[in-house]
Amino acid sequence: MSDVSSAEEVIGGGLFGVFADFFSELRNAGVPVSTTEALDAMEALRHIPLEDREALKHGLAAALVKQEGHWRAFEALFEVYFSVHAGLVGAAGEEGPVNLGPQGEGLTPSELAELAYKALMEGDAEALAGLAHAAVSRFAGMEPGRPVGGSYYVFKTLRQLQADALLDRLLSAAQETGGLEGLVLAEEYRRRLERLKEEISAEVNRRLVAERGPEEVARAMRRPLPEDVDFMHLARDELAALQRTVEPLARRLAVHMARKRRRRNEGRLDFRATMRRSLSSGGAPADPRFKARQRSKPELWVLADISGSVAAFARFTLQLVYALSSQFARTRSWAFIDGIDEVTDLLRGADDMAQAVRSINNQAEVIWNEGHSDYGHALSELVERWGRELTSRTTVIILGDARNNYHAAHTWAVAELARRSRQVWWLNPEPQAYWDTGDSLLAQYGAHCTGVHECRNLRQLRLFVEQLP
Amino acid sequence: MTALSNASGGQAPRFDSPRAVAGSLRGAGYLADDGMAAVVFLADRLGKPVLVEGPAGTGKTQLAKSVAEMTGSRLIRLQCYEGLDEAKALYEWNYKKQLLRIQAEQVTAEGETWEQLEQDIFSEPFLMPRPLLEAIRAPGPVVLLIDEVDRVEVETEALLLEVLSDYQVSVPELGTVRATQIPLVFLTSNNTRELSEALKRRCLFLHLDYPGTEREREIVLAKVEGIKPALADQVVRTVALVRSLELKKPPSVSETLDWARTLVLLGVSHLDAEVAKSTLQVLLKHQSDIQRASKELSTSVG
Repeated sequence: MSDVSSAEEVIGGGLFGVFADFFSELRNAGVPVSTTEALDAMEALRHIPLEDREALKHGLAAALVKQEGHWRAFEALFEVYFSVHAGLVGAAGEEGPVNLGPQGEGLTPSELAELAYKALMEGDAEALAGLAHAAVSRFAGMEPGRPVGGSYYVFKTLRQLQADALLDRLLSAAQETGGLEGLVLAEEYRRRLERLKEEISAEVNRRLVAERGPEEVARAMRRPLPEDVDFMHLARDELAALQRTVEPLARRLAVHMARKRRRRNEGRLDFRATMRRSLSSGGAPADPRFKARQRSKPELWVLADISGSVAAFARFTLQLVYALSSQFARTRSWAFIDGIDEVTDLLRGADDMAQAVRSINNQAEVIWNEGHSDYGHALSELVERWGRELTSRTTVIILGDARNNYHAAHTWAVAELARRSRQVWWLNPEPQAYWDTGDSLLAQYGAHCTGVHECRNLRQLRLFVEQLP
Repeated sequence: MTALSNASGGQAPRFDSPRAVAGSLRGAGYLADDGMAAVVFLADRLGKPVLVEGPAGTGKTQLAKSVAEMTGSRLIRLQCYEGLDEAKALYEWNYKKQLLRIQAEQVTAEGETWEQLEQDIFSEPFLMPRPLLEAIRAPGPVVLLIDEVDRVEVETEALLLEVLSDYQVSVPELGTVRATQIPLVFLTSNNTRELSEALKRRCLFLHLDYPGTEREREIVLAKVEGIKPALADQVVRTVALVRSLELKKPPSVSETLDWARTLVLLGVSHLDAEVAKSTLQVLLKHQSDIQRASKELSTSVG
């Protein structure tokens, strides 16, 4: 431990600037790093042996990252900032390439793919890292000064490595094994291939950093945190990431709502209990007791526009609402495009949301005429067919962009919904600036609602649920 | 920077390096990964509390217990719940004893002034220290575990802040009690609500997730008596498969251990789909999860 390079010298020697950049880039990525936390991180550097790169990463993370969702952003930036400065901090850049042996240089693509197959089969982490290095050298065709993003190189490398064919081969090998072992292997192969993809993308980034410097690479990598991703433009992996955050979020919200209900439950003074308590303080009523008031849970109706433009939004909101269903006396839902149909049972019978969406698309009769959103017709049909079942305990939530494709507005339907229920909320996945432009009738409908909220991402959805009374 | 480096109060550091932490934790029967070791190491050096977050059953509480064991410290535990207040967390005056004292005064009727009496009943013998005060006042080394801190209301969190940032407690009648040595503090959270920024800022953050296959295999081998390495391997890999499904409650480490123990008791030496399905209820707690998993285990690769 004697040769630990002192962080003090390092900080004095210009690394301070690197850290300042690192912190500000973290903030740009949406990780809220306060001054105290930045100071803590610097302080941590004094104590952690700089050679121990893993310890350094986790130590810095402990001081800077206070939410699990921010970890990925931190890790990616850490790799960017602390690989060029490898000479000062750790031995990052140098650890990467594992020698593939003398034949490493002149491999043909198919030989390299064969090596990849073997490495994935065995799950050797070092071999995978080495392979990523070799594959990027061989296939990415990175040239200095080409104005393309890292994802282009990653894509190119994966295509030449025939990643999809590799997975097929691995899966059929797993199938041959069969039984439980086969299932376990199949899952492991999938995970290892993901791992290889990550390695390749890290390798590409490392090279880009060497060429363009950390600031530029970091800027290109800036991506919104899962809860800030816009519902209207979800990429496939973002969809999966978002999917995973819904369940924990619902759990948190459920606790929040239950607590809110309980906290407001203190009713009138419970005289008998107070007197009984006062015996231990010599008759002085030092500890008053209150009767709990019974507060009934609201009934929830969710009306979701599931036409193409807003389908993803409807899907997440329905998923969240169903995860929260224990907080409501009863949850019913309707899907509509220009016709409307109750989908409560379809949602309840489904194993997961993907299946539920499929069965709604196949079974619910949501198309009446032409299959373009018609809020006026859908809402008036709802009022006519189910309106009588609304009570003063019902909360109605309408999900959609209020784009009526220039059909008749039938504003009276929303007014009628509002009259018969306790509250009507409208959640719109469009940015507020677009409201009431073109065929959007939000202002007309919104006039009868308790409130209209912009709901473009999970954060806004969460804030809405939190403020529900 | 000088002011900050004194944060640990000039106390001798407990550990030499993150690796040393991992080594001694292993000695105490806890298999820590790089992240945990680094954070525990820093917590000692910086004199800061550690906020440990993660799903239930990943060994959050056990980490604190093991750190206490390996440093030979006393473990003081504050279990949080909704409605926890000062009287249960910090200290309380013993009203009943004070009342008795006043009544005894009337009986003996000795000429004591009220001031003397007041001083007397607000003194040490009438104080009931609760976990936080106890941890601050303890003469020997202490590990303070504040368990499930996400259960208290936001307002109650403020109560913890004074203790966690300055390691002191003010008792109006007695004055401020300062810690003689900085305890290692662990707060655990199941993330049922967002903790306040102020609290998070004061803590080092450690997220404990389900362990990787290799670490879990080691844990199973260390904790389950008489398990064959081959079975342990099958168990943890199958659990990894089950965790990859979309479940309400994925199996935790403790459930993996329960499952492995069950299989050993049943005399299973090789795990196949049938055995796995018939024992799933040990691993999973929700009926829908069990159905989901057994459906998955009956399929073939495709």
